[in-house]
Amino acid sequence: MMIFVHLISIFTMLSLLSVGGGIAILPVLQHIAITQQHWVTADQFRDMYGLGQISPGPNFLMVLLIGDHVAGLWGALAVGFAFFVPASILVFGAHRLWQHFVFSPWRLSVQQGFAPIVVGLMLAGVYMLGRIAITDKLTFLLAIAAIGILTWRRINPAIVILLGGIIGMFIF
Amino acid sequence: MNQPLNLTTLFKTFFTVGAISFGGGMLAYLREYFVKRNNWLTEEEFLVALALSQTMPGLNGINLSVVIGDKKCGVLGAIVASLGLILPGTMVILILGTFYAHYSNNPHLNAFLIGVAATAIGFSFKNVIELGAVNLKCFRDGCFVIATFIAIGILHIHLFIVFLVLAPLAIWFNRPQSL
Repeated sequence: MMIFVHLISIFTMLSLLSVGGGIAILPVLQHIAITQQHWVTADQFRDMYGLGQISPGPNFLMVLLIGDHVAGLWGALAVGFAFFVPASILVFGAHRLWQHFVFSPWRLSVQQGFAPIVVGLMLAGVYMLGRIAITDKLTFLLAIAAIGILTWRRINPAIVILLGGIIGMFIF
Repeated sequence: MNQPLNLTTLFKTFFTVGAISFGGGMLAYLREYFVKRNNWLTEEEFLVALALSQTMPGLNGINLSVVIGDKKCGVLGAIVASLGLILPGTMVILILGTFYAHYSNNPHLNAFLIGVAATAIGFSFKNVIELGAVNLKCFRDGCFVIATFIAIGILHIHLFIVFLVLAPLAIWFNRPQSL
């Protein structure tokens, strides 16, 4: 029972802090899930991140896998509820009040001010996940290749990521 | 071609987007269906919804579904739209998760997922650089990036504290200039 209280309280907090989307709380999630709460190992976290990438829809459905791993289907549901509902209520309220704020100059202040913070969070996320995912020359080359292909050609990233997995099966 | 937008159509549209788009592509599909194909939203309305979704906490796609759903069909619309968006991915990922749990010792699966993660990291890194290039305007912005990166990525300071300290500073530095 306590595990559900834990899951819900932690993911509610993450929901309310997820300014800029899931990628912004990725570093925090990684730290909590692996180091603090020991819900998953580093490898499992990396794998779940990958599964989230190749699943359709929003990117951070991976949190459902953490919930599932910890407490089964009910764990997944609890995490889903805690992670998606609080922020949704906030944005719903903000939308209803938007008419009052849309022309406020402070709205731009918030948007411009937050942008570098979100970039910093994303960078931290890439760095922390990179330390788990990029462990040798081969993984590094694969990442570089992905950046190269996605820069020079307009391909659906999901296809490139899937290809990366298939290539992985041959070289790892 | 211009279907009326009721709850059922709202659900079906978001379900479709949730089933065929992957992460970043979602925005393009939402714009395609809501602005270009059916004129349910103007470009301006879509951009306003997007700005709100990105500024507020929460996944961008889900925030968008709440905002657009509410705008067109009220509270029920917000609920129906967001459920539609996440249902396909939820089903897929839970099925994938079950396979993952059962075959966790399979070396092929492990190798596949290592490849996926490495590639996905490359993709994410590219995104961060592009976002930085678009959004960072000055040296001060860079300072905020570095401060956040060190606080979260290296020192693992609680995110709430980081926000408490940096957000007011960031907003203050970007305050509306008095004329």
